[in-house]
Amino acid sequence: MTSNLRWKVIAILVVVALAVVAFYPPKDKVKLGLDLKGGVHLVLRVQTDDALKLETETSAERLRDELSRQGVAIGSVTPDGARTFRVEGVPGDRDADFRRIAEEWVGPVFDRTSSANGSYSFTLKNAQLTRLRQEAVAQALQTIERRVNELGVAEPIVAPHGDGDQILVQMPGVTDVARAKEIIRSTALLELKIVEDGPAATREALLAARGGQVPPELEVIPGAAESGNTGPVFYLVKRVAGITGRDLRNARPSLDENNQPAVGFSLNQQGADKFGTLTSQNIGRQLAIILDGRIQSAPTIEGRIYDEGRISGSFTQQEVQDLSLTLRSGALPASLTYLEERTVGPSLGADSIRAGVMASAIGLGLVALFMFAYYRLTGLNALVSVSLNLLILLGFMSYVGAVMTLPGIAGFILTIGMGVDSNVLIFERIKEELGAGKSARAAVSASFDRVFLTILDTHVASLISAAFLFQFGTGPIRGFATTLFFGLLSNVFTAVFVSRTLFELILSRRPQAAKLSI
Amino acid sequence: MQMFANTNYDFTKWRWHALIFSAILVVLGIVQVARLGLPLGIDFSGGTIVVLKFQQPVAEDAVRRALEPLPGEKVVQQYGSADDHELLVRLPQAQESEQGTSLEQGAKQVVEAVRAANIGQFEVISTEIVGPVVGKDLQRKGIYATLASIFGIALYIAFRFRLSFAIGAIAATLHDVIVTLAVLAFFGYELSLNIVAAILTITGYSVNDTIVVFDRVRENFRTMRGASLESQVNTAVNQTLGRTVITAGTTFLSVLALYLFGGEVLEGFAFTMLVGIVSGTYSTVFVASAIAIALSKNEGSTPAAPTSAARLAADRARRRERRNV
Repeated sequence: MTSNLRWKVIAILVVVALAVVAFYPPKDKVKLGLDLKGGVHLVLRVQTDDALKLETETSAERLRDELSRQGVAIGSVTPDGARTFRVEGVPGDRDADFRRIAEEWVGPVFDRTSSANGSYSFTLKNAQLTRLRQEAVAQALQTIERRVNELGVAEPIVAPHGDGDQILVQMPGVTDVARAKEIIRSTALLELKIVEDGPAATREALLAARGGQVPPELEVIPGAAESGNTGPVFYLVKRVAGITGRDLRNARPSLDENNQPAVGFSLNQQGADKFGTLTSQNIGRQLAIILDGRIQSAPTIEGRIYDEGRISGSFTQQEVQDLSLTLRSGALPASLTYLEERTVGPSLGADSIRAGVMASAIGLGLVALFMFAYYRLTGLNALVSVSLNLLILLGFMSYVGAVMTLPGIAGFILTIGMGVDSNVLIFERIKEELGAGKSARAAVSASFDRVFLTILDTHVASLISAAFLFQFGTGPIRGFATTLFFGLLSNVFTAVFVSRTLFELILSRRPQAAKLSI
Repeated sequence: MQMFANTNYDFTKWRWHALIFSAILVVLGIVQVARLGLPLGIDFSGGTIVVLKFQQPVAEDAVRRALEPLPGEKVVQQYGSADDHELLVRLPQAQESEQGTSLEQGAKQVVEAVRAANIGQFEVISTEIVGPVVGKDLQRKGIYATLASIFGIALYIAFRFRLSFAIGAIAATLHDVIVTLAVLAFFGYELSLNIVAAILTITGYSVNDTIVVFDRVRENFRTMRGASLESQVNTAVNQTLGRTVITAGTTFLSVLALYLFGGEVLEGFAFTMLVGIVSGTYSTVFVASAIAIALSKNEGSTPAAPTSAARLAADRARRRERRNV
């Protein structure tokens, strides 16, 4: 063996050893996709309009409060759609004050247009629109991540998806899909508001004393009946929440005074200060505990409360646990809708692995059989280089943490096909060169030199299509594209370098005039 | 052992027949797809698929009856082999399914209805729910990816070889895609993500095959100076014939294993690949080179720059040919 050849053999052995180290033991190192492991794949859309609406409403509210604090009496402030609110009836003599206050309080975020009779309309600036939407998605992403982690899912994926407002969630091994979906989606917006009036059986009855009009600083919220009565009841509450979910420090399952499941919560320092003031100023009145726009209960404030509270209602034990979880992880900035759901049961995944591995083994076996029959001993050469190709591919995928999916197994089978193709290309060329009267050594050398260019061209073309496949694909298809891509790369190494070294190894032990078994 | 040793079939002589045959094939394919339509799987059309695994054999009709009260057109069919007692239920896209709640309603109703019918113990082994937004998105991306991948490959061939070869390769690839789609439509396969992946793979495979021939043609430009373009191409096709057939054969074998033993999920993928391999091999031998020859002859003095050596040789060959005429 020449020293050149020795180094080539050592290089190959090192690469193979590295590959084996990378994927051994395969049970721990090879990452399986959802279609093989079982689990659920979800695509959600963040309804970012909700976040715009919230911003518009709170800004309108802030402006109204500030105007009344500074003594500028105006007609009304009303939200109009998700990104606009109107101010009517600004008195002519206070117009300058109004403009100054508006500029100071909502000017950076809203564009102002004025029309006759002291009417103004404020519209969210386009730059703010984009910022709010992005923030809503980013915040939803974080919240979902916290919830998925609290669910105890191993190796979940929570990532932005598609065009801007979509989120991809993958949870391997989750069996109770319905519950997981509910937990991810529940907005979990907790608000505590002082009750002005109610409960009443209908909206109309509630508003009868006010001439059927909802005063601008109040709103009507439905809730469950306190006891016995079925059907909804309505309360008139303050529009501005005294306390929200943001003031929470913790939430956990507990029991209410009737030993029914309830959620106990505690507030952070800032929330406790606000809550203390709110409760001490409103002793004897009712406090509405509102969850996702629905009143759970409206207990009477008996005295000053600092940082502890309880949400009771007719909950089951499971609901209480889930609610605590979602409250702890924070509210979603906007509601979510599901766009796509794919669930694979663990048994189907296991079946798929079995079938895929069997198909690969049979495919490899058939191809090997043919190669031995057709190329005789040189067929062994092909078998070695194709097998090494698969080893290196497996090692590489484990090393970069690429996910193995069912179409990925198909990618392995295609890699076998391509590996064999490169070998056939070389072997056929060697036969041709031998037929033209060259010695075995010269034929091998000439063939590899020439065929290398062909292999390069075919592989680059295939890499291009694999790259677009990756770009196009989601989940499983991506697994296929990844496998194909790395398979092509490692095939250039095995079909050209490994195979050539094998030929040289065989020929180095033979006399100059040796023949090849091909 | 050697098949196709020193063959000298005159493929180029038959190139017009082949082109006409292929043209008819492609037109038939397009008509076929237009007539039968290409049924879109739920990946693209949106909808719901639930796969139920029963503990004992159960009649499809019993499940169909159980689902009778549910709205819309439902499909119930056997999934996998009969011994597995697995049934696939497919629901159409619900109208108002932009809303998240109704999106998952269908799957829930199916499970409840089958459970209520009391026709045997079962478990849900997989659910797929695709909303219309995602479906449209995937449709767009699928078409974009296929076209972009073909275009990217064409650019590479034009760069490495010459423009007429790129056009030949693309014509052959489109030929394969259309023929494959027609066969899929004929056998009633639904277009799914997996099948689009298979079609993209076929574009890679078909071009792969074609490049091997073109590469040999390029070599023959150097070694067969003086020969006509036709004979240079024809020799290349003959020289690579052994490789073309053997590779097609071995790839076919391994994909056949996938088709037969790879399980239900990959069946459509494997079938598409099988059709594509057959079509791709035919188009490599007959379509790609025929078009490349036709275009090379008409290519005036302004083709895209091929590699200089190949180009010089080709020009020389062409000049000689003109003199001979």
